[in-house]
Amino acid sequence: MEIGAKLEILADAAKYDASCASSGAAKSDSRSGRGVGSTGGAGICHSYAPDGRCISLLKLLLTNSCIYDCHYCINRRSSNVRRAVFTPAEVVKLTLDFYKRNYIEGLFLSSGIIRNADHTMEQVIAVARTLREEHDFRGYIHLKTIPEASPELIETAARYADRISINLELPTQESLDRLAPEKNMARTKVAMGRIRHRLEEASERKRDGDKKLRHATGQSTQVIVGADASTDADFLDRSDELYRSYKMRRVYYSAFSPIPEPSAVLPLQAPPLLREHRLYQADWLMRYYGFQTREILTPEAPNLDLELDPKLAWALRNRQNFPVDLQTAPREVLLRVPGLGVRNVDRILRIRRLTRLRLGDLVRLRVPLKKVQPFIVTADHHPSRYLLDSDRLRARFAPKPRQLELF
Amino acid sequence: MRSIDPGNDYESWRRAARELLVAGVAPGEVLFEREQGLFGGAGGLREEPAPYRAGDAAKVPAAFVKLARAASCHREEGRWALLYRILWRIVKGGERDLCEISSDLDVAKALLLGKNVRREIHKMHAFVRFRLVATDGESGRETYAAWFEPEHRIVEAAAPFFRKRFANMNWSIFTPLGCAHWNGEQLAFSEGLAASPLNGGDSMEDFWKTYYRSIFNPARLKVKMMRTEMPAKYWKNLPEAELIGPLIQESRRRVETMHGEDLRPAKAAPRNRYLASLGEMSAAAACSGPSGNQSLAEMAGAAANCRACPLWKSATGTVFGEGPGDARVMVVGEQPGDQEDIAGRPFVGPAGKLLDEAFAQAGLDRSAMYLTNAVKHFKWTPRDTPRGKVRLHQSPAAGEIEACRPWLLGELHRVAPEVLILLGATAARSLLGREVKVVSGRGLIDAPKLAARVILTVHPSYLLRLPAGEVRQAAFAAFVDDLRLASA
Repeated sequence: MEIGAKLEILADAAKYDASCASSGAAKSDSRSGRGVGSTGGAGICHSYAPDGRCISLLKLLLTNSCIYDCHYCINRRSSNVRRAVFTPAEVVKLTLDFYKRNYIEGLFLSSGIIRNADHTMEQVIAVARTLREEHDFRGYIHLKTIPEASPELIETAARYADRISINLELPTQESLDRLAPEKNMARTKVAMGRIRHRLEEASERKRDGDKKLRHATGQSTQVIVGADASTDADFLDRSDELYRSYKMRRVYYSAFSPIPEPSAVLPLQAPPLLREHRLYQADWLMRYYGFQTREILTPEAPNLDLELDPKLAWALRNRQNFPVDLQTAPREVLLRVPGLGVRNVDRILRIRRLTRLRLGDLVRLRVPLKKVQPFIVTADHHPSRYLLDSDRLRARFAPKPRQLELF
Repeated sequence: MRSIDPGNDYESWRRAARELLVAGVAPGEVLFEREQGLFGGAGGLREEPAPYRAGDAAKVPAAFVKLARAASCHREEGRWALLYRILWRIVKGGERDLCEISSDLDVAKALLLGKNVRREIHKMHAFVRFRLVATDGESGRETYAAWFEPEHRIVEAAAPFFRKRFANMNWSIFTPLGCAHWNGEQLAFSEGLAASPLNGGDSMEDFWKTYYRSIFNPARLKVKMMRTEMPAKYWKNLPEAELIGPLIQESRRRVETMHGEDLRPAKAAPRNRYLASLGEMSAAAACSGPSGNQSLAEMAGAAANCRACPLWKSATGTVFGEGPGDARVMVVGEQPGDQEDIAGRPFVGPAGKLLDEAFAQAGLDRSAMYLTNAVKHFKWTPRDTPRGKVRLHQSPAAGEIEACRPWLLGELHRVAPEVLILLGATAARSLLGREVKVVSGRGLIDAPKLAARVILTVHPSYLLRLPAGEVRQAAFAAFVDDLRLASA
């Protein structure tokens, strides 16, 4: 098979993995080396596809042959999709050729499970090893690992990669049993724990002076949203556990999307894109805004409001906490004001030491006035109690009912 | 009204602005205008400039220099006057902290210019597309070139990124607003070009387009999102952009095709030893305690599936005891902590390190002892600290100690130690079956059913909670004394 045909099949096979980050790697560049590449800093999206997703890494499967039977996945053994296998040399060449043309930040490599976990990991590692050792490639490498692979192989992968990941895929063992029968939550958690342990060891060694140590700096994971009956609370509770227990850099939420070769076990539906978006917003609230999962969702209302962003929804449920005086409120309180992001909160903290804040200041900080006004007090603004107390506050934010448009 | 040529960049404007400051020219009295014609671009006053002396240097906060450097790359006409106004307010108006007030009318404007510039630099890093134009026959060193059309004067600011990333190839980036060149040794800049000097594409462009087409998911069209992040003004120099229209048009039909496909039944698993072993692992029966004559290793395996209490749900796995099965000394702690849960081994966290120190002072060899915990799963509660999200240790409840006791008794029977060391109240409660006051009851205790010699002492994590200094040192010494009883 020609390399172009393989690329078509094996990129198509990889596109359901949402992870795209190329940030957070240790700083490194090509000036002291033989090859190309640099990492460190924010990461770059080199293109965008019409699905709105950034294209940062060359995202490939080494092969889409797979002995597992995960029903949400086009590559499962029950699918009749065309199969292909890259040789490690082909992936290495594509990566370098794309990289030198500034198409990509690096490589994201995963694989269908062939023969067994260790054999598969060895193939994936071979690509990374060749890139790093033969070509002195200093771009970003993200390797997908398999929980059942031997810990030594996972550690080898971590030494060549900037980030490694294991996809949890579904938030409960019951869902895994039904939709991904080969996968196991407990084994995945043990492997994630081991990875965290190794990542911390490496960062300690680096701190203690082993500057040359090359090692991954973080791990991430992905869950599929909308393939099972799990509630948003199930997802967020699981994410919270993963962030705390295994120090995940990111949990990616990927709306279950129609695939060719649909499984009888999991019929297709429209991807819940808005729900995916709300989960990311809630995830952000947990990580950067000091919210606990129990504040965002409750056992009585375990799903996010699709009409309102989760911070606004929280504020409407907790009106007794408002209005907040921007001149005096502490940072953690400002972070909870709908319409104020982390960056603007920090700006407000600096500004208010020097001057009295007015609505005009907020306009110039590009804060959405309509959204914040009911919740804040400034030198020239005090919201009417009437508005804050009334049911109309929700109506002010909920999207207007509108006629469906013809597509 | 004076008129001054600020030049094209931050440095030339800075020279002009410094002279204006020295001359005491207020912002309302000066026009920043590029000179037209032959002598343009030099910068400086049209009138005879006041001689500049070292002592004239105006002190400005670093934040202003950063702001001005970024904003000066913008093509907005009014940027020089705006920056001079801010400079004047800082130096002459006494508003030293002006740059901190990001909502000030002038500062907000300058910040916005700077933000546009930084974004454009970022987009240049993202959207430059190199083509291979030559390969040196001898060294194999490659030369690449690209044509890019930035909105602002950012080539010099954007170039160092390419030098770091592509140090070992030669490259040129041509733009209408200046060009950058790297030959392996030197980064050079030249005047902008009116049109691209490059002909033809690159042999990899077809592969790149194949990749772009294949990585696109037609079932989740978000065109607005794409256009926000990759505005159409960049498309003309992106080889993949010609695919955007057709991909959008085909997407609906492609999704309908998927929905129209027959559902595929699940195929039976192939004969594969690995799949069979996964099945066995997953099918391992949940249990609530050891059974029959299990060895220590068998017990450890079975305990991994223990469901006798709910702690398994939030823990990573069981942390079973470790050490020789015929150890003379067995040590029982409370439960694994965050570090032990991750490593899957007992006493590897902060308390474990302290215990190791105490063992060393007491003359005990850790590797010769059997170390375990009264409860095998880590119990925790979420806590957000300035260092991040953590799992805060929680003492096990009576029911959890109870649920785990069969495992601990199993270990005790297998190891049958001569000396048993109980660290803290949980271990004591589990094996003595009653509440014990550790501090008053510490030392040798009489429990012949457990071991010939049973030592009760504090848990090392208790020592960690004491204030550092004399109090802790004294408590540590007493702890070591208790441990010494093991070798008496």
